[in-house]
Amino acid sequence: MSIIVHKTSRVLVQGITGKEGTFHTLQMMEYGTQVVAGVTPGKGGQKFEGKVPIFNTVKEAVDKTKANVSVVFVPPAFAADAVYEAADAGIEAVVCISEGIPAMDMLKVYNYLKKTGTRLIGPNCPGIISPGRCKVGIMPGFIHKEGNVGVISRSGTLTYEAVDQLTRQGMGQSTCIGIGGDPVIGTRFIDALQLFKDDPDTKAVVLIGEIGGTAEEEAAAWIKEHFNKPVVAFIAGQTAPPGRRMGHAGAIISGGKGTAAEKMDALKKAGISVCKSPADIGKTVASILKKP
Amino acid sequence: MNIHEYQAKEILRNYNVAVPRGKVAFTVEEAVRNARELDSHVFVVKAQIHAGGRGKGGGVKLAKSVEEVKKMSDDMLGMNLVTHQTGPEGKEVKRLLIEEGINIARELYLGIVLDRSVSKLVIMASTEGGVEIEKVAAEKPEAIIKEYIDPQIGLQSFQARKIAFGLGLSGEQIKNAVHFISSLYKAFVESDASLAEINPLVVTAEGQVLALDAKMNFDDSALFRHPHILEMRDQHEEDPLEIEASQYKLNYIKLDGNVGCMVNGAGLAMATMDIIKLAGGMPANFLDVGGGANVETVRNGFKIILSDSNVKAILINIFGGIVRCDRVAQGIIEATQSVEIKVPMVIRLAGTNAEEAAELLKNSQMNFEVAQTLEEAAQKVVQVLN
Repeated sequence: MSIIVHKTSRVLVQGITGKEGTFHTLQMMEYGTQVVAGVTPGKGGQKFEGKVPIFNTVKEAVDKTKANVSVVFVPPAFAADAVYEAADAGIEAVVCISEGIPAMDMLKVYNYLKKTGTRLIGPNCPGIISPGRCKVGIMPGFIHKEGNVGVISRSGTLTYEAVDQLTRQGMGQSTCIGIGGDPVIGTRFIDALQLFKDDPDTKAVVLIGEIGGTAEEEAAAWIKEHFNKPVVAFIAGQTAPPGRRMGHAGAIISGGKGTAAEKMDALKKAGISVCKSPADIGKTVASILKKP
Repeated sequence: MNIHEYQAKEILRNYNVAVPRGKVAFTVEEAVRNARELDSHVFVVKAQIHAGGRGKGGGVKLAKSVEEVKKMSDDMLGMNLVTHQTGPEGKEVKRLLIEEGINIARELYLGIVLDRSVSKLVIMASTEGGVEIEKVAAEKPEAIIKEYIDPQIGLQSFQARKIAFGLGLSGEQIKNAVHFISSLYKAFVESDASLAEINPLVVTAEGQVLALDAKMNFDDSALFRHPHILEMRDQHEEDPLEIEASQYKLNYIKLDGNVGCMVNGAGLAMATMDIIKLAGGMPANFLDVGGGANVETVRNGFKIILSDSNVKAILINIFGGIVRCDRVAQGIIEATQSVEIKVPMVIRLAGTNAEEAAELLKNSQMNFEVAQTLEEAAQKVVQVLN
């Protein structure tokens, strides 16, 4: 199995005719994802690459194509609206790639979605992939391999690095989920861990965190209580100075809180294998899973 | 984005949040004029820099006459103000806030921040005014009053009342505090702030509640809808290299080490800094060139990195996903032809078309080391340093 996106997922692309949307839709289709619809207001009735029908509204797209997962490529100023529209149409999971959405917008989105059945992944994330089955996002598909390691990460390219290490060690992945680098995100470490816990095909989890916030500490406490599969963690930003935003809107040590050292310490105390070096992620998982 | 105290108070004043009367001065003459206009018996001369702890560093002074305002302004303008937040090098004072003196009865704390663990704004208040909230949180957490705000209904009056009573206010003070808190919340939300800190919030002998100090930060992602706040940016408070980098749309932060690094993606950029340190070196910067990494971004990246004279070696780490490594390699080769690079360089390109890229780099006859893995890259760059 896999979590959130599967072979059967029917994917809708919001902002399919934009530059990013077009490029990545083609990549997703090439990977084998079932892209069943696109939405660009005003372009309803047209076809994307002569194959995928485009609709004016998400509601119409869902009614006509039974899409159940959407991926959002619209500019940040309009992204919150796109997520609301997907939720309104009953989409099960919205993957929001857009970077730079105002936090005040996301606060409303997050608290609104809690009252609906819609799950949000991201924003400011590479998306989610269940290797060999379904890719919803912008990650390079070919570095992945079907297998039993779940990956949860706040980062983009660092996730690719970790996945690449796993694949080179011969260990495939069940699902890799980029939860996003913003301070307010839809799916957190604990939400993803909960799903991996119930997924029989996931035998171990790689957790990639970074400075800022307390999500890693909360995950550590939760893992200690509720999760009995092996977890390997890496925290980026051990050398990051306090008070500076390191690229991601959420990566900042403020008021002395959110340091890598604190997070690594909390994870270690919860019995999690913490890698000091980002080069050791693959090896560490291998040493645990390949134990005779 | 950060702004100065006087700018925060201007924003607050527009939302009817009570602040002392006062005005910014860039020269001694302006300071004197502002003091005369205030027509007060007591004045406060406050250095305007983006750092806390100004009082202890000598950046906040009480004046009893316009003459004293003149003397203090003369001393303060141009001085190098050192506080626990500026680092030992300090910051030059270029602006002053001249305010009326206030008859303080009590000093309290009031702040609004985003609590990421619950994804809600939280208003925090404490009777320990003038003390850093982190210190109170560590030593006397029970002294902090917290009210979480549901973003769908906003702050309710009863919540403001809970805070006011919790702070031990009474009578007319309650009404004033509720108005203050509600107005501050409105200012925060409508200007897309990421932090508002009123420390101290003072109660005057007359029962007024006002912001003696005010600090506001704003969400960079929302500045597009607040051009008037963007205008408040003070480039003197920023590193010139970082300003230049932002003009190239590069995400650059200067650090103290000697290994310059250029990476695609923020997480990988941090991880690269970390592994440089683990290998025995020190990163000179954080630089995320974004997903694209074309000739232009690579060339600009080199320019920025090499403007830092501490840089003794460069490590390029690109994980090509959508961006193909051979194109990045081509970009590096072209960029090195237009920017003179005198320090050794280690290049690690992984992902899409990494082998073709390695071939290109090898055939370019240029003087750089190529590494396969992250670990090898870090070790090589530290070796070339020694």
